Amino acid sequence: MYRYDEYDHAFVAERVAQFRDQVKRRLAGEITEDEFKPLRLQNGLYLQLHAYMLRIAIPYGTLSSKQMRTLAHIARRYDRGYGHFTTRQNLQFNWIKLEDAPDALADLAKAEMHAIQTSGNCIRNTTADHWAGVAIDEIEDPRIWCEIIRQWSTVHPEFSFLPRKFKIAVTGSPNDRAAVRVHDIGLRMLRDENGEPGFEVIVGGGLGRTPMIGKTIRPFLPKQHLLSYLEAILRVYNRYGRRDNIYKARIKILVHEIGAEEMRRQVEEEWEGLRDGALDLPADVVAGIGRHFAPPRYQPQPTIATETERLRFENRDFALWLRSNVVAHRQPGHAIVNLSLKPEGGPPGDASAAQMDAVADLADAYSCGEIRVTHEQNLVLPHVAVADLPAVWRGLTLIGFATPNLGLVSDIIACPGLDYCALANARAIPVAQRISQHFADLARQHDIGELKIKISGCINACGHHHVGHIGILGVDKNGTEFYQITLGGHAGDDVSLGSILGPAVPADQVVEAIDSLVRTYLAVRQDGERFLDTYRRVGNTPFKERLYATA
Amino acid sequence: MPLLKGGALIDDPWQRLADDTALPADGAVIVSFARWRAEREVLLARSAPLGVLLKNTDPVDALAPDIARLQLIALEFPKFSDGRAYSQARLLRERYRFGGELRATGHVLPDQLHHMRRCGFDAFEVAKGDPVTAWRRAVHTFSAVYQPTGDGRAPVSALRRRLLAAAAD
Ligand code: SF4
Repeated sequence: MYRYDEYDHAFVAERVAQFRDQVKRRLAGEITEDEFKPLRLQNGLYLQLHAYMLRIAIPYGTLSSKQMRTLAHIARRYDRGYGHFTTRQNLQFNWIKLEDAPDALADLAKAEMHAIQTSGNCIRNTTADHWAGVAIDEIEDPRIWCEIIRQWSTVHPEFSFLPRKFKIAVTGSPNDRAAVRVHDIGLRMLRDENGEPGFEVIVGGGLGRTPMIGKTIRPFLPKQHLLSYLEAILRVYNRYGRRDNIYKARIKILVHEIGAEEMRRQVEEEWEGLRDGALDLPADVVAGIGRHFAPPRYQPQPTIATETERLRFENRDFALWLRSNVVAHRQPGHAIVNLSLKPEGGPPGDASAAQMDAVADLADAYSCGEIRVTHEQNLVLPHVAVADLPAVWRGLTLIGFATPNLGLVSDIIACPGLDYCALANARAIPVAQRISQHFADLARQHDIGELKIKISGCINACGHHHVGHIGILGVDKNGTEFYQITLGGHAGDDVSLGSILGPAVPADQVVEAIDSLVRTYLAVRQDGERFLDTYRRVGNTPFKERLYATA
Repeated sequence: MPLLKGGALIDDPWQRLADDTALPADGAVIVSFARWRAEREVLLARSAPLGVLLKNTDPVDALAPDIARLQLIALEFPKFSDGRAYSQARLLRERYRFGGELRATGHVLPDQLHHMRRCGFDAFEVAKGDPVTAWRRAVHTFSAVYQPTGDGRAPVSALRRRLLAAAAD
């Protein structure tokens, strides 16, 4: 894991002091709210429906047990005892007082955390594959590159007032688990013909009001050029991105309007003036960051974990959990354990302070003190010995994080929606809760198989509904909540955007509608087909006919 | 408007010339980019200092051939949240090696001085507050920075390399 050195420590402490002074001047009326807004946003403070929300950066989704305990402490001390993990691998606290924010940030800084650039028109927290460093198919740990990007983008003087927010995602594996084609910049690691790792550079993807799939503007970028190339892209965007209309200000619109070829030309031209300069990344600097991400020292494991095998045989719940929530690890005798923050009927992504502390304890005892946050609003214990799986499962069961539903119909992503968000048209969390209750039968969920439902409370698409196998979008019809359904979205390598099924359905018919879609799938699926496969084979028609015939 | 330069407030020795005002025989003047384009020869023939004001949509590379003959370039922030001039500033300093006064004008707020300074600005028409205090804040807020820019500060990555090299000696 990355550990701060004296420079990083000094920097975040100075940043807290700076913000403390800005808050003081705001409260004294020396700064207007309009002028204060970008300052607080770039420190993670966002004004919501009822209070300030503090969004804490969890760089590339990696947390230590100590950091998790700090988050629990913040939840208790400054909030209402719980927090909310988001699709950006961040944590949000929804009930923060402005006066308390500098103290909360100071507590975070002690645990090597911050909320810098988690909001505002700047380069946001860089996200990565949540199985980074442990996945079998990985070329290089993407977190090394995310950390390099984090440092370069932190309080970047040229790019703090961009046309709009800017999100970068990195995947270290050819199997994209970071949704790199729906980010402002996506970096996909691959090897050139000599076996040297580098990046495919993808620009102009995004969801929101105008969903677009990113375009590859450079098929292979050698690693040492990463920062100069990013700086070139950002400079072109900062100068020529639209600023006349907030809905057209993301880089995807620029790429769309001038075309990918012209974008490539401008970036390459700008890059000619930047490459091989001060931003060049010497191998020793990369290696210095890379050392932080060296694998932990794993204990030797027996070839057969007897107790684990016995329990798998005897206990159906444990067996189901192994099947859906536990994934193969690079290190023999170890496993990746996915924690489900989607209990039956619960709000997706919520965790109480007690749950956070318990996860930290489990991480210390069984996962080398390390935890991950996924963009699907779940957590991961990345280094569990197979022999420890029964103990981890029991521990997780006690705190309600062992629901065996990873990737299944009740593992729903939902944005905060009308319960918290000032921009929402409709509620999202209660819809997720009702669907989850409806499909409570776990045997049925496993029979249905992989099915990703994603819900957004408005067109801004924070719930990524465009890339849900089933996407649900809250719309407002004369003051009543309606939900528009899309089918066939997907965020992997074979990315696709969902297509609208038909007229939006009223709130009280959403669960029935989802049930109808699932039944259609079960009726027409062929052997071994997942929901997405079936949809791609048969298209909208059978789903539509059944849904709107019964509605 | 008071001008912040070198950490102090000074009287502005420059006159901002409107496009329809006659060109005085001497005295330092700042003209618009449009006027510069139209009257380049006449302007360069004067012996007094010359400055050009660029809008943030004006092309900085158009000044490149004459950059050594300009004593001042002013860049405009129509709104503090419009950050285009930061890129213009870095291009002027780092690519075109402009060595004269680089002035920030328009909606220039105290809390932006840090960024402006790092991008190469060295004179500021600060719109409000106490500019001298703001300057002190901007200079002292961060003891280290993470990016190399034209301001010459060694970024954290370079400092770390030096530490390693010293340890290896
Ligand atoms: S999708 Fe809309 S409602 Fe949901 S969090 Fe984003 S802005 Fe708010």
